[in-house]
Amino acid sequence: MTDPVLSVRDLRVEFVTRRGVLTAIDGVSFDIARGEVLGVVGESGAGKSVTGAAVIGLIDPPGRIAGGEIRLGGERIDALPPERMRRVRGKRIGMIFQDPLTSLNPLYRVGRQIEETIRTHTDLSARAARQRAIDLLAEVGIPAPERRIDGFPHEFSGGMRQRVVIALALAAEPELIIADEPTTALDVSVQAQIIALLKRLGRDHGTAVMLITHDMGVIAEAADRVAVMYAGRIAEIGPVRAVVGEPLHPYAQGLMGAIPTLAHDADRLAQIPGAMPRLSAIPPGCAFNPRCPKVFARCRVDRPEPLAVGSHRVACHLYDASGKAAA
Amino acid sequence: MTASPAPAAPAAPEDYVRVENLRRLFDVSRPWLNRVIERQPRQILRAVDGVSFTVAKGETFAVVGESGSGKSTVARMVVGLLPPSGGEVAIAGVSMTDPRQEAARRALRRRIQMIFQDPYASMNPRWRVDRIIAEPIRAFGLIEGERAIRARVGELLTLVGLHPDDGAKYPHAFSGGQRQRLAIARALASEAEFLVADEPTSALDVSVQAQILNLMRDLQDRLGLTYLFISHNLAVVRHMASRIGVMYLGRLVEIGGGRELFSAPKHPYTRMLLDAVPDIGRSGRQRMPVQGEIPNPISPPSGCTFHPRCPFANARCRAEVPPLADGVACHAVHEGRLAPGLAAAG
Repeated sequence: MTDPVLSVRDLRVEFVTRRGVLTAIDGVSFDIARGEVLGVVGESGAGKSVTGAAVIGLIDPPGRIAGGEIRLGGERIDALPPERMRRVRGKRIGMIFQDPLTSLNPLYRVGRQIEETIRTHTDLSARAARQRAIDLLAEVGIPAPERRIDGFPHEFSGGMRQRVVIALALAAEPELIIADEPTTALDVSVQAQIIALLKRLGRDHGTAVMLITHDMGVIAEAADRVAVMYAGRIAEIGPVRAVVGEPLHPYAQGLMGAIPTLAHDADRLAQIPGAMPRLSAIPPGCAFNPRCPKVFARCRVDRPEPLAVGSHRVACHLYDASGKAAA
Repeated sequence: MTASPAPAAPAAPEDYVRVENLRRLFDVSRPWLNRVIERQPRQILRAVDGVSFTVAKGETFAVVGESGSGKSTVARMVVGLLPPSGGEVAIAGVSMTDPRQEAARRALRRRIQMIFQDPYASMNPRWRVDRIIAEPIRAFGLIEGERAIRARVGELLTLVGLHPDDGAKYPHAFSGGQRQRLAIARALASEAEFLVADEPTSALDVSVQAQILNLMRDLQDRLGLTYLFISHNLAVVRHMASRIGVMYLGRLVEIGGGRELFSAPKHPYTRMLLDAVPDIGRSGRQRMPVQGEIPNPISPPSGCTFHPRCPFANARCRAEVPPLADGVACHAVHEGRLAPGLAAAG
């Protein structure tokens, strides 16, 4: 197996506030391989977006990366000086956000924005950059790209804008794309098109994709592997079929049961009591223990370490080091 | 079942809500002077264009559609927040539009309540929760005496899964899911029997959404409530509703029982939507690639408004608006060219 594109080890992100230091991300580790889509799923406050922001070096003070390593293609990028990180961000990591208008300048034609990215990060001529921008727009499925390239962002529909942003993210041929809720603002019919597009581009270009979303359905459709986050930690990570079909962590089990599905009738949805803890009040031991239906004494004291159980890695005391469910 | 042309006589007992040929136009023209100078015609947006359905007492009817389909406009007209441009809404046999029934309508008003996507926006942040929930009780004079009102507020808070002591807090002290519980408690405070819920769980996390959906079903069982449930989320709709109407560009394109609609959808748009939904229960299946986007509702396509995206469209579809008959508004189905079923690709 080749080296992963992105490798995150023991990442820790803290926010310094007047009331003390809050730990938003606590000991998160994962890899993403070439051409692989890793889904990062969790509810609000789970830390999924902060994880993405840490990878692209966009944690603003009072936040800081307080520990761990982030490697892109083997090279450490978590402690680069801002100017060098800026270049990594444009060239080697592409970004897609929920609202495409935050990534597009409303005053410039979309072609100019894509060409600018191409010319900043490659040595193509102006002419070649324009041709490449047209090719990119065609690739992301924008009809009549040679005409639409001279349009302004407001002239595109929401789905088409998100396609432009994807073209922009691909412009410098990055190794990694971070997509934070890329389809959340879109209607289902458009969402399906964007998911299919992201999946195909990852495969065709060999780009690693980190897909951050709260929507388990999107993950099930688009991702190869999935990490389920809870209170700044990864509760469970594994192949998407395995985690969705047979979740091991009690939180992941509760989450899957809580999602209404088209496939079958459920009289009642599974219900996890309570809510995600605030960062200032993360319980000791396993962060999920106050809400867990299977909690026992050790969960309230010892923090569970992620262990391999079959194809999953699970941070839960129910499973022991041999990978079997403990009695 | 729904396309009955009968006049607005008192509804049959099983039809608690009857909506007939409901229409709403919005004038989205530029200002008069601009129109004169730039020689532009008036622009009329037909947000809702001839929608008819009925809701039986104690059932949940859901309206599902994408943005711009007109589903929220329907909800707002049914509760009376927006006057219809045409058509008729009757609830519990009382016409909501006939000026002669004003007295009956006023008596009915408090029985009809609405729940919004953002409950915080509908609460006064400077009022304590017990005052917010007691307001309808006081306004309608339902209970006499402070002590009795306080007891009723405590009862309502318990009913929606909160604690009577929570009444002393302000709305900001509650999470999103708890605020939606407060909104439901306030709706029930006026002894509502018909709740119109417009995307009530769209802003909530899935585990919290499950809590609210379960609560709404429990309350329906206990109190015999009738729901009109508006959502863009097909899986949520399937979980909640006994009957469902699918809207596309201001019109109902299909209406039917939840089970049939999801197992054997008739309208090509319903098939496309069902196929497009990312769903954990059906991952890895073959899907029909979705074509195109929703057209601009100001200048909708001629005939059946879905025809530019429809693989089964022919000349008639481009020219003639299909009527809603047998629960579906589609020429291809009416002509027998298209059989119901999930295998959508033609």
